[in-house]
Amino acid sequence: MTLKRRQFLQTSSTIAATLAAGLPLTSRAQDPIKVASIHDLSGLFDLYGKPMEKAMQLAAEEINNSGGLASRMVEIVTYDTQSQMPMYTQFGQQAALKDRVSVVHGGILSASREAIRPVLDRFQTLYFYNTQYEGGVCDRNIFCTGVTPAQSVEVLVPYAMEQWGKKVYTLAADYNYGQIISKWVQKYVQDNDGEVISTDFFPLDVADFGSTIAKIQAAKPDFVMSALVGGAHLSFYRQWAAAGMKDKIPMASTTLGAGNEQQVLTPAEGDGILLAYNYSRELDTPANKAYLERWQAKFGSVDDIHELVTATYQGMLLWAEGVRKAGSADRMAVIEALESGISIQGPGGKITVDPKTHHCVLDVHILEVKDQKMTVVQSFDQRPPTDTAAVCDLEANPNDTTQYEIKV
Amino acid sequence: MDLAVFILLEIIYAIAGLVLISLGLAVVFGMMRVINLAHGEFLMLGGYAAIVSTQAGLNIWLAMLIVAPLTVGLVGLIVERLIIRFLYGRILDTMLATWGLSLCLVGLVTLIFGNTTTGISTPIPALQIGQFQVVGYNLFIIAVAAVMLAGLYALLRFTDWGLIARAAMQNADMSDALGINPSRVYMLTFTFGAALTGLAGGVLAPLTGIVPSIGATYIAKAFITVISGGVAIATGTLSAALSFGLVERITTLLSSPVLGEVALLIAAVLLLRFLPRGITGRFFRGRL
Amino acid sequence: MITTRRAQLILATVAGLAFMLITPLAVDLFTLLNLTIYVILAILALSLGLIWGYGGILCFGQAAFYGLGAYTYAVSAINIGESTAPLLLAIALPAAFAALLGWFMFYGRLSDVYMGVITLAVTLILFKLINATAGDQYVIGIARLNGFNGMHGVPPLNIPGNASAILLPDGLFYVCVACLLLIYLGLRWLLASHFGRVIIAIRENEQRAELLGYDVRWYKTVLFALGGAIAGLAGALFVNWGGYADPGLFSLFQSAQIIIWVIVGGLGTLLGPIVGAVLIHYLTSLIGSPELVSLLSNLLGIGRNLDSNLLLGVILVLFVLLVPRGVVPGVQHLWQRYRIKSGAEKSGDNY
Repeated sequence: MTLKRRQFLQTSSTIAATLAAGLPLTSRAQDPIKVASIHDLSGLFDLYGKPMEKAMQLAAEEINNSGGLASRMVEIVTYDTQSQMPMYTQFGQQAALKDRVSVVHGGILSASREAIRPVLDRFQTLYFYNTQYEGGVCDRNIFCTGVTPAQSVEVLVPYAMEQWGKKVYTLAADYNYGQIISKWVQKYVQDNDGEVISTDFFPLDVADFGSTIAKIQAAKPDFVMSALVGGAHLSFYRQWAAAGMKDKIPMASTTLGAGNEQQVLTPAEGDGILLAYNYSRELDTPANKAYLERWQAKFGSVDDIHELVTATYQGMLLWAEGVRKAGSADRMAVIEALESGISIQGPGGKITVDPKTHHCVLDVHILEVKDQKMTVVQSFDQRPPTDTAAVCDLEANPNDTTQYEIKV
Repeated sequence: MDLAVFILLEIIYAIAGLVLISLGLAVVFGMMRVINLAHGEFLMLGGYAAIVSTQAGLNIWLAMLIVAPLTVGLVGLIVERLIIRFLYGRILDTMLATWGLSLCLVGLVTLIFGNTTTGISTPIPALQIGQFQVVGYNLFIIAVAAVMLAGLYALLRFTDWGLIARAAMQNADMSDALGINPSRVYMLTFTFGAALTGLAGGVLAPLTGIVPSIGATYIAKAFITVISGGVAIATGTLSAALSFGLVERITTLLSSPVLGEVALLIAAVLLLRFLPRGITGRFFRGRL
Repeated sequence: MITTRRAQLILATVAGLAFMLITPLAVDLFTLLNLTIYVILAILALSLGLIWGYGGILCFGQAAFYGLGAYTYAVSAINIGESTAPLLLAIALPAAFAALLGWFMFYGRLSDVYMGVITLAVTLILFKLINATAGDQYVIGIARLNGFNGMHGVPPLNIPGNASAILLPDGLFYVCVACLLLIYLGLRWLLASHFGRVIIAIRENEQRAELLGYDVRWYKTVLFALGGAIAGLAGALFVNWGGYADPGLFSLFQSAQIIIWVIVGGLGTLLGPIVGAVLIHYLTSLIGSPELVSLLSNLLGIGRNLDSNLLLGVILVLFVLLVPRGVVPGVQHLWQRYRIKSGAEKSGDNY
């Protein structure tokens, strides 16, 4: 087999030309503003990701119906990361370099955020992370619109201790989130003169909690604090109820319900568990009712709305407000506009950007699972992200990109 | 005292769990030398069959004990006709094809049910042992595992079908000459193995809940248990489940679930290295 | 025949070099980064293509060496700062581990299925252990292992000896393509050597090779270690591409993917695994891409539940049943038939 030199050169130059043709053109002013939605729409975490993407579609539609931003329309570019962490790197690169989006909303697990955050830092693309998480991310390129431990755990722990007693047994998912949140639980339990008897960690694929339920019984805590995450860990609540423990030792959780898990558990398994979030579908406010109606009209059912979905919707509104104020979708202009401390009224109440931490000041409610719903028990207005604020000051150190961890 | 009883129950439950998830795979491997890597998904399908039919209003016991095995048995029959029968004697190709099948089933079930399904509550109340409360349903699982194991042994040992099946597996040509159709025997055996698996999946569902990818948590353990057990179906599975269940549960109680699983895997690696034909390749030879 | 082989070699080298040199000039940054990951996965596919396709060893845990290489590089690069030693370690450590595992299995004379179980179990052990290191007590030197979240902020490759001269994306692309090309050519040379012939002899008939006086166990162990080294290198390159290492690298899903690449591309060839990796990774990326996601969501909304499992599964089943030899051997076969046919017409032979 032989190949003529001329043929070879022809072929390779054709390939080069084809590749070069894929280069993006410089954007014109009237082109839509591209917004990337990078979520897990399939695989293990799609329970979170699918409705988050819907929230972006709804927000974009509303923005466009009211005339767009800076006289441009908004266009959502949707990526499915399939619950695979390397996909976040890959699609982060694609969004930033090939599709040239103005902002990325996305990331669910802390692992996914940490995979995509350096990519977007490096290629200078604005990033919104709209998930409740363990706190501490200090990075000028990212805005975190979800609740952090100082906002939720700080009110949940004393409330539960007042109801049930001072001896706490913590169960947490064995990754970054669970490790850090369990330290916060310990801190707030100690601050309220209580005691954490034991903290057990479980990798995300553990589904058999028999031995753990035995250990908890032997330890006799006043209540159990659960920071378990994902589908496999739901078995814990089932086995706990099957062992008849639910009526003996009560439970609070920092994670249950954030992905509507209360609808996956039967009432017998879920009722009575205490939670703390910014949002519940049961919030009795005009803003929430209107939001639910708009969602119902667009998607037909509101059953898939949860904490992270509403945080995503609110993240979109915040970003839009930033663009309106800046008069353009340019990254630095929007960051500076957001840093002026702007607020919006979302379904979960008033949300204000904290300029020093790029986190949000927001309302938090103690909720109780009742008949597969999250009923509001007590509300706390406008809680600042004091956990991140204790370690992070982006006004003083704009080049910081660390995620700080609490030392207890 | 109640602690000892409690721990003993936990260990027996761990062993029963291993028997339950492995037995269907053991039938198919022991008799047909086929390793079905879609076995975990057969368990998953059994779970869905039980949960979906319970939610449709069927009695939970009927759903778990009748509907689940029938459904998965039917799936097994279809799979055998469409895929497995072309690959007899090619053990690696069967593994790869069934691995592909396992991915397909996960994808298909996700397509139909999505990634979340509301579970069903266990139909047996909790049990008080001294100061401990245990999952009463665990006793039911132990009983099901024992019945399945004993039933299978009796079936192979005492019935005509068992005799024919064993004959066909040992020497297909000879049994063919004697008027038995080996292709038919293979088909029925695979279907039977799938039905056993469906039963196990249905019975486990109330305790674990169900997601399309749940098979992945079972397949490695089942695979390892069956291979380590060796060729004898009932004795092999039981002896491997005994050793692994014991190692896993004791390590878990002493440390954490992760180290429990790691201990199980290390035990399997060492066992296979030093007994390369599995437990029943060395001991209990000629048993079933 | 020999000239054909030489022509193929020259062609492969020239094509590879041209690809390496021209691409960074011709494409934008995203395409370059994207091509880099394909090249890295191709190296990983080659590692299994070698031990399975030529040594007949089906390893269910090739991802173990990939992950081990990635973590070795990450831990040592964070500790040392300069990247030369970490890169070498990321090749040496997986190779040593593979040698140890190979010794454990081959000297025990385990059969295929049992090797499958052991490699599977070892991968699961590594995955479970590394996944359980999220606590802040799990630190090697100054590098925190970080469990499920993975290790981030790993220093990229630098010019040997000068830690501040780090490689930019085009530099990394050159390195990756050069590695792939060298490995490909090196393996072709190896397989044509005495060692390679013995390995193939063992694959064809282990007992005969043994009776001819070759120590089968030793040959298999060395081959297995070589596969481990290549997979380890791929792992280290992956860390450079993504800037992080996470336990997903060790997962069964990753192992499954490698096996699928090799079987789709073609067992018993070196080009096959490369083609398979590129093809399959392209398909899985396509499933998540904006174009396909919006297309599918317009179709009755079914697309919202479609995941890559279904696609990979269907491909695997179809290939095992219909194209058991894989794409590359299949195409080669067709090409040869075509050549025989057309050659026959030209010379006017009739049968």
